[in-house]
Amino acid sequence: MATASLSRPASPGAPPQRRLSRRRSRQLLGLMYVAPTVVFVAVFFIAPLLLVIRMSASQWPLLGGDKGLNLPTNYQVMADSSLFWPAVGFTLEYTVLATVLLLGMGLGLALLIQSGGRWRGFLRTAFLLPSAMGLASASLLFYGLYSNQIGPINSILETMHLSSSPIQFFETPLNALLSTTFLIVWRFAGFYMLILLVGLQSIPHDLYEAASIDGANRWQTFRYISIPLLRRSLALCFILCITGSMLAFDQFYILTQGGPDNSTITIVQLIYHYAFQRQNLGTAAALSVVLLVALLVVNAVQLVSLRGAEESK
Amino acid sequence: MDVSMKRSLSGSKAANLRQLLPSGLRNVPFYVLSGTVAVIFLFPLAWAAFASVSSTPGSAQTSGFGLGNYQALFNWQDGLPTYFLNSTILACSTVVFTLTASLLGGYAFARFDFPFKNVFFMVTLGILMVPVATMLIPLLILLKTLGLQDSLLGLSLVMSMFQLPFATFMMRVSMEGVPADLEEAAQVDGCGTFGIFRRIILPAVRPGMITVALFAFLAAWNDFITPLILIGSSGKEPLALAFTVMREQSIGIINYGSLEAGVVVMALPCLILFYALQGQYVRGFMSGAIKG
Repeated sequence: MATASLSRPASPGAPPQRRLSRRRSRQLLGLMYVAPTVVFVAVFFIAPLLLVIRMSASQWPLLGGDKGLNLPTNYQVMADSSLFWPAVGFTLEYTVLATVLLLGMGLGLALLIQSGGRWRGFLRTAFLLPSAMGLASASLLFYGLYSNQIGPINSILETMHLSSSPIQFFETPLNALLSTTFLIVWRFAGFYMLILLVGLQSIPHDLYEAASIDGANRWQTFRYISIPLLRRSLALCFILCITGSMLAFDQFYILTQGGPDNSTITIVQLIYHYAFQRQNLGTAAALSVVLLVALLVVNAVQLVSLRGAEESK
Repeated sequence: MDVSMKRSLSGSKAANLRQLLPSGLRNVPFYVLSGTVAVIFLFPLAWAAFASVSSTPGSAQTSGFGLGNYQALFNWQDGLPTYFLNSTILACSTVVFTLTASLLGGYAFARFDFPFKNVFFMVTLGILMVPVATMLIPLLILLKTLGLQDSLLGLSLVMSMFQLPFATFMMRVSMEGVPADLEEAAQVDGCGTFGIFRRIILPAVRPGMITVALFAFLAAWNDFITPLILIGSSGKEPLALAFTVMREQSIGIINYGSLEAGVVVMALPCLILFYALQGQYVRGFMSGAIKG
C-alpha cells in the first residue's frame, strides 16, 4: 500500500513526503480505534476456536487439564455413546417440528396483523411481548403453568368441557416434545412474525392492485405474489430457526431435564452432560466441533440454494 | 399539498382493506380469531403475575393474596438482591464493553483505511457463524487461564464478544450514513479525530447506540447457558440461573409460587424496556433483519 502511494504523483500544494506521513498517521489512528475490537476477537473468538479443536483431540478431564493428544479417542467415545445417536435424532426431530410450526405461525400472525385494521398495534404488541422475555424465564414460567400442583390448563379445559382426564404434560416422550415445542412457539412466533411482516410490507402495493384487476382471488394473490416476494424473509427465518433449534438447550434443560427415559436430550445437553456429569472436556469439545461443522454445512447449503433459486428466477 | 397527501393516504388505506378483506368476511370472524390468538399469547404472562401473588400448595403465601412469595425470595440463599445485582452488573457491563468496542471499531471501519481492514471486519462478522453453545467448553478453560473464572467480568466479556458482529455492523453502517462535510469543517478548525468522534459522530448515531445497547442488555440479562457453564453456583449467578438452581434444590414439594415470583422479577425489566423502546426495537430489528 505504501509503495502504491509513493509512485502516485504528488498532489499540488503538498510535498509527497508530508502526504505520505499523513496517510501513515491516519492508518495508525485507524488501527488504534479498531484495536479493542481486534483484541476482543483474537482473545475471545479466535483463541477458543483453536482451543476447541485442540481439546477435541486431547485427553482433557474437567479437573486436571490437558493430558496430551489422544486422537481419535474423543470422537470414538462420542460416536460409541448410547446417548449420541438418539440425541442427534431427537435434535433433528425437534428442529423439523419447531421450524414448521414457527414459520407457519409466524406467517399466520403476520397476515393477521396485515389485515388488522384498528387492532394492528395491539396485536403486534401482544404477539411480540413473549419475545422480550428470556427463554430461561419463559421455560420456568411454563414449568409452573404445566405443573399438576398449580397449573391452570387442566382446570380450564375441564370447565370448558374440552377434556375429561387431565393432561400429563411430560409423561410420555411425545407429550414432553409437544409441551416444550408449544412453549417455543409461544416465545418465538412473534419474532418470526416481525421478520415476515417487514417482508410483507416491502411488497409494492401496485402488485396487489394489478392482481385484483386481473381477477386474482385471495389465495392466488397470496400464493403467486406474497410467497415469491417473501422468499428472502422466509429464507432468513429458515436459517435462524434451524440454527436455533439445532442449538436447543434452555427449554429442555429446565422443562424436561432430558426425560422421560432420556428421550428429550439434545446435542447441546449432551455437551453439558459430558463436560460436567462425566467430567470429560475432551469429548464435550469433540461434540462441539461436530455440532459446529454441522451448522456450517447446513447454513452453507441453505445460502447456496437460496442463491441458486434467485439466479434461476 | 397537505390535503392531497391526506387524500392519497386514505385512498391507499381503503384499497388495502378492500384488498385483504372481501365483503362479508369483514369483521366478526377476524376479530374472534385475532382476539383468541392474542389471549393465548397474553394468558401465560397474566397467569404468572397472578400465581406469584396468590396462595398455592407449598408456597410462602399461605392464604389469600399478597407478597409472601416475593418475601420468600429475599430470604432464599444469598437473597434476591444479590442475584438481582449480579444480573444488573452483568447486563450493564456487557452494554459498556459492547458499546466501547463497537463505537471505536465502527468509527475505524467507517472512516479510516488501514492494513487488514476487510479481514478484521469479516472475522468479526464471522462470530455470527459460531454459536455460543459450541464455544463454552474452550471458553471455560480460557477464562481459567486468564484468571477470570467464576467472575462477572469474564462472563460479560464473553457475552460482549457475541454481541460484537451485530454491534460493529450496526455502528459502521450508521457512521457511514453521517455526512462527511461537518467533519471536514471541524478538521479545518483543528479538531482531532477523537474530537470529531465525540462531538460529531456520537450524537449523530444515537439511535443506533440505543438499539445496540438494548440488544446487549437483553441478551446478557436473559442468557442462561453461558452463566450455567462458566459460573456454576458460586454466589455470582444471575437471576435465571439462581431460580433454576432453587427449583432443583427443593426436595419434595416445589415452591411454585416463589418460582413464578422469580419469573416476574426476571421478566419485568425486559417487558418494561421492550414496551418503552418498542419502536426502537422494531426499527433496529428491521435494519438487522433486512441487511442481515
